[in-house]
Amino acid sequence: MAKFNLTINGKSQTVDVDPSTPILWVLRDHLDLVGTKYGCGVAACGACTILMNGNAIRSCVTPVSAAEGAKITTIEGLSENGDHPVQKAWLEHDVPQCGYCQAGQIMSAVALLESNPNPSDADIDNAMNGNICRCGTYVRIKKAIKTAAKS
Amino acid sequence: MTLSKTSLNRRSFLKVSALAGGGLFLSVGWLAGCKPGSKEAAHGMPEEWFRINGFIRIGENGLITIMSPNPEGGQNVKTGMPMIVAEELDADWSKVVVEQAPLDTDNFTRQFIGGSQAIRMGWNVLRQAGATARQLLVNAAAQTWDVPANEITTESGYVIHTASRKKAHYGEMASLAATLPLPENVQLKDRKDYKIIGTSRKNVDAQKIVTGKPLFGLDYKKEGMLYAMIIHPPAHGLRLKSFDASEATGMPGIKDVFQVKSHQDDYERTFFDTTSFTDTVAIVGNSTWEVMNAKKAVKVEWEEFSTYEESRDWNGRKEKRTIPAGLESESDQQRKMTDAAKKARTLRKDGNPEAAFANATKVIERTFYGPFLAHNCMEPMNFFAHVQGDKVECAGPLQKPELTEQALSSRLGIPIENIHIEMTRLGGGYGRRSYAHWLIEAAVISQKVNAPIKLMYTREDDMTGGIYRPMYQATYRAALDKDNNLIGLHVNAGGLVEPPSYPNRFPAGAIENYLAEEWVVSSNITVGSFRAPRSNFIAAAEQSFLDELAEAMGNDPIDFRLELLQRAKQNPVGENNDYDPDRYAGVLKLVREKSNWGQNQTGISRGVSAYFCHNSYAAQVVDLKIENGRVKVEKVVQALDCGLVINPDAAKNLSEGCVVDGIGTAMFGELKFEKGQPDRSNFDRYRMIRMAEAPKAIETYFVENGEDPTGLGEPGYPPVFAALANALYQATGKRLYRQPFAGQLG
Repeated sequence: MAKFNLTINGKSQTVDVDPSTPILWVLRDHLDLVGTKYGCGVAACGACTILMNGNAIRSCVTPVSAAEGAKITTIEGLSENGDHPVQKAWLEHDVPQCGYCQAGQIMSAVALLESNPNPSDADIDNAMNGNICRCGTYVRIKKAIKTAAKS
Repeated sequence: MTLSKTSLNRRSFLKVSALAGGGLFLSVGWLAGCKPGSKEAAHGMPEEWFRINGFIRIGENGLITIMSPNPEGGQNVKTGMPMIVAEELDADWSKVVVEQAPLDTDNFTRQFIGGSQAIRMGWNVLRQAGATARQLLVNAAAQTWDVPANEITTESGYVIHTASRKKAHYGEMASLAATLPLPENVQLKDRKDYKIIGTSRKNVDAQKIVTGKPLFGLDYKKEGMLYAMIIHPPAHGLRLKSFDASEATGMPGIKDVFQVKSHQDDYERTFFDTTSFTDTVAIVGNSTWEVMNAKKAVKVEWEEFSTYEESRDWNGRKEKRTIPAGLESESDQQRKMTDAAKKARTLRKDGNPEAAFANATKVIERTFYGPFLAHNCMEPMNFFAHVQGDKVECAGPLQKPELTEQALSSRLGIPIENIHIEMTRLGGGYGRRSYAHWLIEAAVISQKVNAPIKLMYTREDDMTGGIYRPMYQATYRAALDKDNNLIGLHVNAGGLVEPPSYPNRFPAGAIENYLAEEWVVSSNITVGSFRAPRSNFIAAAEQSFLDELAEAMGNDPIDFRLELLQRAKQNPVGENNDYDPDRYAGVLKLVREKSNWGQNQTGISRGVSAYFCHNSYAAQVVDLKIENGRVKVEKVVQALDCGLVINPDAAKNLSEGCVVDGIGTAMFGELKFEKGQPDRSNFDRYRMIRMAEAPKAIETYFVENGEDPTGLGEPGYPPVFAALANALYQATGKRLYRQPFAGQLG
């Protein structure tokens, strides 16, 4: 076990865990931030996507030891009241079906729009390729990303 | 208005009358989570709630809570079902808060999701719940104002007596209404007066979903909760022999490692009690990661089991089912299917199919194949359980809580009335969460460690754990006369471990000489319900075959189907034809119009398909092109007939999902076995459809015909497989008989 000082959603947090613990489980089990989801554990589905220094990463394969000193943003920290432009676009298009993958989808979309505010269809396809939606809401996700890009 | 005799479960009301004094105060637990700016807070918290019936509570300030009885797995019944209640209650939707009901057989019936039946089966119950509450509020106003009840009207949460200019919001009448006797008859609204049904309302959980609030079973936590996982055999045909946990138990955070038995050997299993592995090893500890690591350190020995018998009660039909020993491989399974197909039993025979084939000028025969499929819900199987003495508290995602409760009661020896099951949002179901052995495992684990626990399957545990979509095969034969008329049709279909047959569905009833046969191959690979069971394969086979047949006959594929449907309507062959030819033709005509069928577009290949299952009709046209060897689905146009549409945009969303899921499964979905072991265990190898492979656009249209509402969770899924295959044929000149299609297009 070891102590790690983390900056999550602008807040400093200290956790005492095994250094190999993926950030996903630190968030979910130790910090009660359960918005970030487990889907595969091998960086193949994107449900666990969070932002580390503004980049989308898969928290299920990123050990907590890699997060010290980094700025972590989770779905809970995206906005104060759920009014981030991407969240608003998701609501406008009523994107979710089961909803389980959507936090990861939103975080990938946020990272995309931060680096590319006006993405083409191909840019969106590429950036979102790592996020599986089993219910098949892709058409709405793409529309929501375009709406968010306009705002 | 329609007069309707109240037939709600009486107990739903008796509880109120027994307890009602000045109104019943209820828990306001859900308000604790209110955020500033939320709907609840904007309207202010009521100081008191009055329980009008099992579905409805009204606050003194007019805020209304409507309980959504069925689990929510992404079909949006949690919005749609309360909309129906709110409509008949004549409520203001902006003052309605929806709460997920727990399993509560006193107040609710049929609290499960499956078969696309939630809306269809709930329709009358939900309308009556709303209408009865509305009448009670009217009666309370009549008593309060001393005016005749029949002079009182309601509008958007208000009772109104125009003559005396009296008006009050529902909250002002709720206290009295909760004490009044039930009306014997209630008025149901005319559809023309609907203000909520038929208008698009946003998903009631959307805000929570996009902000990452705990909604799912995997998010559920309780003070002192431990984390648990299981180890199940790596291959089907194996069982637990022994295990050595000496290393694992010494690892940090680990509390215990032990064997778990989900069902006793002599237990008579009911419909949804399928388990692949009854004996597993449980690891319990302080955190997920610690348990995951310890899981790898447990040394388990497996052994092949011998053939055994399992007692089943299939909805009253008792059966001793033989589970064969052995480690099966795909090649053996294929061979067994080929052999079994020769010994099929007849399900339906019209006319003289033998003579038709003997006299045919031309016979077309094609065999279609569908592999095992894993459900792959994004939220892996999990459940929370806390067994304390003879009391059980559970929470998590499942589709058939009532049936699981019975199995749980039997396994634990604890009466059903001592079991409480809270229903969390399902991170997908697709049939997999009907088989809730993991809930029983969770409870057995909690009982053993005497603590609240949450059991989670890893993705690998989930994907390799069985209860798959069966492996299927179907051979279609068509007899054509010298003028290319269809004079006979023969379908021979079967599967491991269940056949995909629907002998009375279209095109039965439209063909003079018809023979339907089925067969089954036993296996120790477990299978179960998977989105649109059986239809999910047979529609693909049938609708691809009809496309090929239309071509051979020189007919347009839509015209060909419409001609068959015309025959089925005017002069049906045989009995018990299980479809309405007019409604079936209706979706085909609508999709023909909306897709501009017949107008060719440069570079675009089109395919059409239609199917009827789960009480709704669907037809789809897929437009695609192949670019650099990759399939690009440009557009899918679909026409659906599910009767009255409750929540149009949500219905579109769900039906778009059926299209995307169907295309993904048809292109990529597959699980094969080698010596009993699934050949893939995670999303790195089990290919799921991703955004670039999804259609660029999906247009969804509904037939308007005044029918009562039916469901949409499944009906749009089966036909799209064939619409895709038929479009791919147009693009490549190659007919596709084996799923998945990717890999055959190069």
